Formats: sequence, C-alpha cells, structure tokens
Amino acid sequence: MIAATHSPDISSLKEQARRVRIEILKMLTASGSGHTGGSLSAADLVTALYFYKMKHRPREPRWSERDRFILSKGHAAPVLYAALALTGYFDRSLLKDLRKVGCPLQGHPSSKLLPGVEVSTGSLGQGLSIANGIALGLRLDRSPARVYCLLGDGEIQEGQVWEAAMSAGHYCIDNLCALVDLNGLQIDGRCEDIMKVEPVADKWRAFNWNVLPLDGHSMEEITDALDQAEKIKGKPTVLLAKTIKSKGVSFFENKAEYHGITPTHEELERALKELGENGK
Amino acid sequence: MGSREEPSVISAQQAVGGAAGAAVHFAGQAVATRDAYGAALLELGKRDPRVVVLDADLSGSTKTAKFAKAFPGRFFNMGIAEQDLVGTAGGLALTGKIPFASTFAIFATGRAWEQIRQTLCYSHLNVKLVATHAGITVGEDGASHEALEDITLTRVIPGMTVIVPADGYETQQVIDAMPGYEGPVYVRLGRAKVPPVMPEEYRFRIGKAYVFSLGRDVTFVAAGIMVAKALEARDILSKQGIDAGVINMSTIKPLDTDALLGAARKSRLIVTAEEHSIVGGLGGAVAEFLAEAHPLPVRRVGVQDTFGCSGSPDELLKLFGLTVENLVETVTGFMRSA
Repeated sequence: MIAATHSPDISSLKEQARRVRIEILKMLTASGSGHTGGSLSAADLVTALYFYKMKHRPREPRWSERDRFILSKGHAAPVLYAALALTGYFDRSLLKDLRKVGCPLQGHPSSKLLPGVEVSTGSLGQGLSIANGIALGLRLDRSPARVYCLLGDGEIQEGQVWEAAMSAGHYCIDNLCALVDLNGLQIDGRCEDIMKVEPVADKWRAFNWNVLPLDGHSMEEITDALDQAEKIKGKPTVLLAKTIKSKGVSFFENKAEYHGITPTHEELERALKELGENGK
Repeated sequence: MGSREEPSVISAQQAVGGAAGAAVHFAGQAVATRDAYGAALLELGKRDPRVVVLDADLSGSTKTAKFAKAFPGRFFNMGIAEQDLVGTAGGLALTGKIPFASTFAIFATGRAWEQIRQTLCYSHLNVKLVATHAGITVGEDGASHEALEDITLTRVIPGMTVIVPADGYETQQVIDAMPGYEGPVYVRLGRAKVPPVMPEEYRFRIGKAYVFSLGRDVTFVAAGIMVAKALEARDILSKQGIDAGVINMSTIKPLDTDALLGAARKSRLIVTAEEHSIVGGLGGAVAEFLAEAHPLPVRRVGVQDTFGCSGSPDELLKLFGLTVENLVETVTGFMRSA
C-alpha cells in the first residue's frame, strides 16, 4: 500500500516526478500524437498524489478504502498512465502502445479498459461533478477515503465546472480536494486572450471553497498543501497550482503549440538529456 | 374511453397509504406514470439502502419529493443544474449506490446529453435517469418543455437502455426492476394521468415486449400513452372486420426483435405509435430493424418533425394526431390504397 504515513521525502518525490516526465515524453514520442504540454505541467501534482498523498493499492485497484483520483482534464492521460505504470498498476512496457488499436491506454482515459482509471474522462468539465458524487457516496458510507480531482485552467471555462463548484460548496464536501493546473495556456493560445479565467482564487472562494494557491512545481508546497487540505473540515479545498506548460523541457516550455504536439525522436533525445537521462 | 370500463381513479398517495407496508399496487388504476414513480421509488428506498435520489429543483413535479421527505440523507437536490445532476449521479454510482436522477425529460436528455454519453454510458455507470414530463401531454407549458426528441437522443448512445412504461402498474414494475440491472437506463414518464392497460399478471422484463395480440392485417407497435389508444383502435378496427394486434414495446432499447419479427410475419402492416417525434424514436427503431430483417409496410404515428405548443393535453393530442381516430385512419387508409 502506498500512503502518506510520515512527512514527505522531497528528494525522492522529485526523482519520481522526473521519471514520470521521462515516461510521458517517451510514450508520446512513440504514439506520435497526444498532449505533451498539459501532461508535463501536471507531472509534479500527479506525482505528489500517487507517490505521497493518496492511499491506494496498485495490485488491488478496486480496494474499497482507496483514495480516488479523477483526471477531469482527460487529455493529460499520459501523466496518469505514467503514474499508474510507475506505481505498479500495469507493466511499463504497455506505455509504448499508447493510442494504438487494442491498447487499453486510450487517447483519453477509459475506465472500462484500464484498471486504475476510476471513470472515463476526456470531454472537459465533467470530472468535478463525478468527484462530488464519489465524495458524497463515501460520506454516506462513513468512509475515510478522499477524492482528488485535477482540472485545467482552460477547462474551467466550462460551465459545468461551476455547477459542480457550487454543489461542493453547498454540500460542504470536505473529503474532496480539487487541483487546478494553472499553466495559463490552452490550444488556441493564452487563457488570458482566449477567455479570461482570472481572478481564479476569488471565483472558488465565492463558491465557498477553501483556496490554497501554490507553486505547482514545488514539491514542498504541493505536499504541504495536500496535507493542509486534509485537515480542513466543512468545506472543499482547491489547490490553485501555478504551473508552466511543458515544464521540464526548456524548448517546449510555455508554448501553446505544444498543447497537442508530440516530440520528434530528436527532440526526445534532447529532452531526456535535459532531464538527466542519457543514452536512451 | 368509449366502451372501455371506467378505471378507478386514485392518487399515488392513497395507493401507498392503503398498502400499509406492502408493495404499491397500481394494477387497474388510472395514475400518472410520474405518480407511480414517486410511490415506487419510496418503497424501493425502504427496501434497498443503496438507492439514492437526485433532482434538479423539480422534485415536487417529478415526485421524488416523497423519497426526499422519507430519506433526506439519501436525497440530493442539485439545483437547476442538469449537467451536474448527471455527473454527480455518476459519481455516486461509482461508490456502489444506485442513483435515480430525475428532472423533466427535455432537460435530462437535452441539456445533459453529452454527460449522459461520456460519463454515464461510456463508463457504463449504474445510473437510472428517470425523467418525467415527456411528450406533448405536458400541455400548457408549451414547446420548450415538451420533450419529443428524448427517445432518439438516448437510444443512439451505445450501452443505454431506454424504457417507456405504458401505465402506472408497468412504471412500478420498471422501477422495481432497476436494482436488478447494472448499467445506465433512461426511463421516460409523463405528467398526465393515463388509463391502466397492463393486466395484473404482467411481469416487466427489460427488453421483453408485451404482445396483447398479433393481427393478420395490422399490428400496432406502441409505447407509453399510445398503448391504450392502440388497444382502442384495435377494437374499432375489429368491428370493421380488420384484424389488428397490439404490442407494448416498453423497452425501446434493446428492442424486442423477436416480438417484432413475430408481428412482421403475421401482419401486412406495422403501425408504430408514440408520443414523440417520428424521427428516430420508436418508429425509427422499428423501421430500421424491419427494413433489413423483414421488409413490409410500416407507418409511423407520432409527432411529425415539428415542435409542440401550449394547450390542454387532450387538445394537443388531437392537434398532433395522437388519437385513436388517427390510428384507425392510418390503417384504413393503407387498406384502401393497398
């Protein structure tokens, strides 16, 4: 079982995040299609959840007391697949078949095909409602399990997100923690230009959420915020994680065009070098 | 109702009160299917603690308020937010609950269609979407509230089950059957009182049509409130020497193709009847199947490719041709031209 029983080992988590990024880049290069930028921007958040905060059993994906993770920004599937593979849900060799016919690693996560995926996502805006429902169900069962839901900042332009935000506030769903990957970019450009989402913190506060702004690439800040969120009773918590799109690969960083473009083999080699992974 | 026996009219409240702990029993009673739902859901809630109910600010109209009053901890009013309603129901299903999510049919299936597709059906979640106020018998509220497309919208999604009960008794049985089936279901109910049509010995099964009779000349394949009208039309046609039959196709998906083939082999004509657009609903499903499996003349009685409007339910049924007379005329017209 993986669980946070003590204070986080930051250097180990940073190493896991590095490995997650390497797997993301490798699988996307192999598939030739998929979403690079938003997978890399969320790598530290997802690593902190799967390698530190969440109680889960990779060999027993349906364990009833597991914490649940909902990837509402389903296009960041590679970050989820990397975390699932590296924590032992399935063999790492499966990653190279991402998006290929017959592979359970669909372009967007499918719960029918891949154990460890709680629910199929990919159409933006739907995950938080599902997370609310799970959290309410767990509360009815008096389960100590918690629910985590990762959203993108472009995604929160969807109206359903705010329906769900209102519900979570209304029902005081405190076994829920949302994380918003604020990388500032969406397919067509900067969120600021396409459709302003700021002031994001004010919006969540207005919907009765406990708001924790943080640096989404600081493992110290992420783990600290996740620990704090668990202690907040009576309202849901949202981590507003300031991130950099394509974080970890300098020549992709902060470029909207790498939302849905995958690395070439040459780019992969350069990227792996930057991540300290040579000779692959 | 013509020559048919006048049914005893009671409210769902009386039915529950009179039953004193026993199962609600709507056999032989004229009741709105939404009232039968409210009563059956309350009883199911008593028997099965997994049942939770969600509504979108219409619990008084959909009749989920009865459950809400009895089990406030298992009822979630999601406010006027149908997409969130469907998603939250999906989440509850993921924890082993059996969520019933209710609102008006057009909002349930129209406003939240993609949530139904993506969250409920693609993940095959055990959510029962039970919508009321389907069809033109919504009446005075008019076109905005009259769902004439919901069967089409739900039937097209892979893995969805679509059920349209004909009367209160069948509604009760449909609701009782829900915990026995794992997966998303759309149940279409109405606002107005409907006469009883299903016999007391009837037992609902998903995907199994009820064959009242097959006609040598014509078999009506009907659903919902049109089953009662088809039965009346059958009696009128019989007096004119036309042998007509009636099938209650209460499960529209999966379609009971055996029952349809039986009718197609015996009858010269199939007439579908539904309180829904003729595009893509029961008529569409039947025509699609028969065109490939056993081609024969098919006529679709339903609302033409148009919106509804305000008026009393009876006025609207006449205005849109959802009448016994139109069913009879559809058959006799075919006979004249054949």
